Amino acid sequence: MATTKEISIGDLGARTGVAEEELKGETMALNVGPSHPTTHGVLRLLTELDGDIITKCEPVIGYLHRGDEKIAENMTYNQFVPYTDRLDYLAPLANNVAFAMAVEKLAALEVPERCQAIRVLCCELARISSHLLGVGVFGMDAGAWTVFMYTFTEREKLYTLFEELTGARFTTSYTRIGGVARDIPEGWLGRVTDFINGVLPVLDQIDKLLTRNRIFVDRTQGIGVISREDAIAYGLTGPNLRASGVDLDLRKDKPYLGYERYDFDVPVGTTGDCYDRYLLRAEEVRQSVRIIRQVIDTIPDGSFYAEDAKRIVSPPKEKVLTSMEELIQNFMITTEGPQIPAGEAYFEAENPKGALGFYVVSKGGGVPYRLKIRGPSFCSLSILDKLVPGHYMTDITVILGSLDFVMGECDR
Amino acid sequence: MSDANFASLKERFAYLTERDSADHLAVNCPAEHLLECCTALRDDFGYDLLVDVTAIDWAAETSPRFTGIYHILSTTHHAYIRIASDCVDDAAPSLPSLAGIFPAANWHERETYDMMGIRYEGHPDLKRILMWEDYPYHPLRKEFPLAGIEVPFPAADVAETANAKVLPAPMMGGPFVSSADGTMREIEPQAKDESWTEKEENR
Repeated sequence: MATTKEISIGDLGARTGVAEEELKGETMALNVGPSHPTTHGVLRLLTELDGDIITKCEPVIGYLHRGDEKIAENMTYNQFVPYTDRLDYLAPLANNVAFAMAVEKLAALEVPERCQAIRVLCCELARISSHLLGVGVFGMDAGAWTVFMYTFTEREKLYTLFEELTGARFTTSYTRIGGVARDIPEGWLGRVTDFINGVLPVLDQIDKLLTRNRIFVDRTQGIGVISREDAIAYGLTGPNLRASGVDLDLRKDKPYLGYERYDFDVPVGTTGDCYDRYLLRAEEVRQSVRIIRQVIDTIPDGSFYAEDAKRIVSPPKEKVLTSMEELIQNFMITTEGPQIPAGEAYFEAENPKGALGFYVVSKGGGVPYRLKIRGPSFCSLSILDKLVPGHYMTDITVILGSLDFVMGECDR
Repeated sequence: MSDANFASLKERFAYLTERDSADHLAVNCPAEHLLECCTALRDDFGYDLLVDVTAIDWAAETSPRFTGIYHILSTTHHAYIRIASDCVDDAAPSLPSLAGIFPAANWHERETYDMMGIRYEGHPDLKRILMWEDYPYHPLRKEFPLAGIEVPFPAADVAETANAKVLPAPMMGGPFVSSADGTMREIEPQAKDESWTEKEENR
């Protein structure tokens, strides 16, 4: 026989009240990362939550620290080029160019116009590649998986182009101090044109998928708002700075590589929220396409390296194997490194993630005395402890995605 | 243009001296005036975006040994300025912190402290940023070897169970050269740590 027993549960309403009172002011510590899909690498966030609202957020970095600056002090300038691939590993070509430009600035070496045009092509293709990933992954972070598939298809085509140009898909190491490793292959420019013709419809597709997508807009508009003042104070650069309404693009304002010859617009945001940062990147891809078209139309003939700088530039391989003078030159550059005069120089290039800066101190010879790398992602992440508190836990994903950082460059 | 700019700065800040520079306007500023100078540069001269903070170690036998380097960009007139400030004490170098006027300096100064061991006076939370908290060295100092130095593993519990240590990196086969000067034999790209190679061979 079953017996029933009555249990008193009291006044439910009163109990909830007590529990709420007890929980008031109680916070929970939550560790995000360092291995977490939304942290895009090895970023760790120590957060404190009040319910679902973040009250404190402390980024912990350094998990990808490889001591690049120490390594740079122990090798010749050209040997360091492969290490620059691994800074912002989503745009290695742009890093190669920035590093070479910094050293050339110290050596007061001007590369030929053809070389400059090739480098502009490299930078802008790298920007397209990086922004396609940035937008694709941002969409995925906000739940729009399809965009990622479109952008990665296009990036794959880009990698094929990079491979043809540099011999490697990912770790390009394309520049040398005073030039680039080799001239562009025959027919390559035509294939670049094919690519940019193909990427524009894809950008329209992405636009249709995201820009007026209700879920995406709701998750990104008004989230992660960085004011103009904060963006400047925290040293943000690149798209993250411009999304906050600061019209600063080094390609326009401190032109290098002959960027002043090309006609392009610099998109600037108004509110500085995650949505603005997305719009800005999408538009920058279109502007890069514009620049690439102009470069292809106007690319001059000539040499792809500074032939006169015999103490700095290593001659191309076919000359090394056929001419005694070039053989000796190649031997000297390989063993002693490019001879850079004593002094110091700082150069920043407008890279996809922001301003990538190299501060080179030389005491003469082929090895830098000190090389400081200023990674834009480092600064973008330093604003997190101010930016994230007050948001919901789920917004972290969106904010991180919109900042488009890469840890290789942050930790160096 | 660079001269005119320096003249106008010199008029305002008598303690500045011009620094040799092939690229941007560059000044030397005594450490005690750094904070005042940077505040005025930001408020009155438009240098508002602190892009980089770093330091140079001029090696142990040099005095002053450490020089702090600051690069500031103007978002309005798009010019850079480089400010160099020597640390007074070679053994315990320090500089005033700029974190109060440029929040961007916070992380940069932590990094410079971590790598070089320069203390930034007035920094809100001066702790290591790239290396772990208990790390005993400042790796970008010139006397620190490229391969690293053996130190205890950062997590004590893991170290105990796995008997783990942080070991110096093997240098064999690396492209490293030791210095910018010397005979060609010495600066040729080669594995410098040859004792390591021989040890392996003799085993």
